[in-house]
Amino acid sequence: MKILVMIKQVPDTATQVKVGSDPRTIDTAGVTWIVSPYDEFAIEEALRIKEKRGQGEVVAVSLGPDRVKEALRSCLAMGADRAIHLLDPVWDAADTLATARALAAVIKEQAPALALFGRQAIDDDMGSVAAQVAELLAWPCASWIMEEAVDEAGKAIRVGRQVEGGLEVFDLPLPAVVSAQKGLNEPRYPTLKGIMGAKKKEIKDVKAADLGISAEAPGLSVVKLEALPPRPPGRIIPGEPAVAVKELVRALREDAKAI
Amino acid sequence: MAGAFWCIVEDDRQGNPKKVMAEVLGEATRLAGQTGSQVEAVWLTDKATPDGTKLLGELGAKRIWLLENATFAPYRGEVWAPVIADLSGKESPQAILAPVTSRQRELMARLAARLGAGLSADSTALAIEDGKLVATRPVYAGKLLAKVAWSKSPWLATLRPNVFRPAEPQAGASAQVERPTVSIPAEAMKLVERREEAATGLPELAEAEIVVSGGRGLKGPENFVILEELAKVVGAAVGASRAAVDAGWRPHRFQIGQTGRTISPKLYMGFGISGAIQHLAGMRTSKVICAVNKDPEAPIFKIADYGIVGDLFEVAPLLTAEFKRLLEK
Repeated sequence: MKILVMIKQVPDTATQVKVGSDPRTIDTAGVTWIVSPYDEFAIEEALRIKEKRGQGEVVAVSLGPDRVKEALRSCLAMGADRAIHLLDPVWDAADTLATARALAAVIKEQAPALALFGRQAIDDDMGSVAAQVAELLAWPCASWIMEEAVDEAGKAIRVGRQVEGGLEVFDLPLPAVVSAQKGLNEPRYPTLKGIMGAKKKEIKDVKAADLGISAEAPGLSVVKLEALPPRPPGRIIPGEPAVAVKELVRALREDAKAI
Repeated sequence: MAGAFWCIVEDDRQGNPKKVMAEVLGEATRLAGQTGSQVEAVWLTDKATPDGTKLLGELGAKRIWLLENATFAPYRGEVWAPVIADLSGKESPQAILAPVTSRQRELMARLAARLGAGLSADSTALAIEDGKLVATRPVYAGKLLAKVAWSKSPWLATLRPNVFRPAEPQAGASAQVERPTVSIPAEAMKLVERREEAATGLPELAEAEIVVSGGRGLKGPENFVILEELAKVVGAAVGASRAAVDAGWRPHRFQIGQTGRTISPKLYMGFGISGAIQHLAGMRTSKVICAVNKDPEAPIFKIADYGIVGDLFEVAPLLTAEFKRLLEK
């Protein structure tokens, strides 16, 4: 069974992010890059499916500039068999839909049984690409899955998707798109052997023209990025707990009118 | 007249629009007033109630596109998206808005792909500039705000709950109900079962107006009961930090933060939570933030409106007692 896992390289949560000289983008100087955490759940789940079935192929796919190779390399170190890097200046201003079109084209060409995504990338937090790929491919899609089981024949997948107030369990015919929610698994750390082995694995560059894709104007564009407006300074309420609590409750009710 | 502002209805699966629809319809009404458009609701359901359609009218919908069919429950993207896309092709709305919920966030993405339209997900502000919609949305763990614009209509956006001003129901206002004939695609996904979470008797995290949240400072799962007692008194939902969830003290669905839920309650109260960036990402758009922590250097105090430096095991029960005393008056 062939599984494609779409991943995105994003700034580490703890890294400082500043608006760049082009106010539509961030200043990437000094940024630490990681594989988006939800995408690690997706890679892990793909590896588990392969291990459980005793055969198959896990392919990591990412769209982005040169630095993305590093993220793909981490996926190979975790155990992915090979990687595909969508690398083309055409995609520099790609919005979610342009990204989805590129990924859908690769998925169509690779024809996997399953396309796995993280529920969202933690940079722009759009959380739209997986569902858009499903729509473009006319595949069924389950978002925010907490559990999955592929049937023995490799023809269907049973997933539990997280919804308000519970979990909805569905059977999807394969091929299908699913996106991973936290709680699906605990991603493994790459072993030293995995890291060494990753250096020998293939990362194939793919250009837009290879997929028959030409430049398109984005449907949604960032006009500018702004720092958050500062919150008004807060107030530490002093005094013995019993006194402080009385004052806090008064302030919440009368000053902030929050309750 | 410009195309309509559509609001996709999120309901409680019993035929009643959810509370968040007042916010979506309120914002749509404000924006549509500036572009000379009409506000309309689009409701896919297996069963609508008369009270539900009445409420949508009172909240500002002038027309309801009511699509009632058993196939619409449970939500399945491959069924819903083509139906709404077809209707959109006929009616040419100027904008399509929906609240951020588990199904709407997926549906709107599918719809955007189908219509070849731009989508601003999890928007926290919308405005009309030069006759066009612009949206503001938090990015990079909420460290920055992105202002985004569409190249053409329809403008698709999902709205973060609890951020937009809800419409006040206008008694007597009613909507014209249309039941268009649509072709409904066959479903590919089959529902096996729905597992309900054990009812907590407390509001849902994403919709709650008050959220009480606990972190590592609670020292163990058994101590969440202290926060639950406070939550019961003030009608709050109970959340948790990643540290508390990763320690196995609370199920993941209660996690607030970058790898959990994003919330914007009127009041957020954090107990024993230091305020790591990844937690702030999930709650920094709360209107009023209040924190209780032993460590005066805890980062959460930097964004808190009110703070008490103290022992939560002492402070939380005192808060519960004080609220109880006042609210019972």
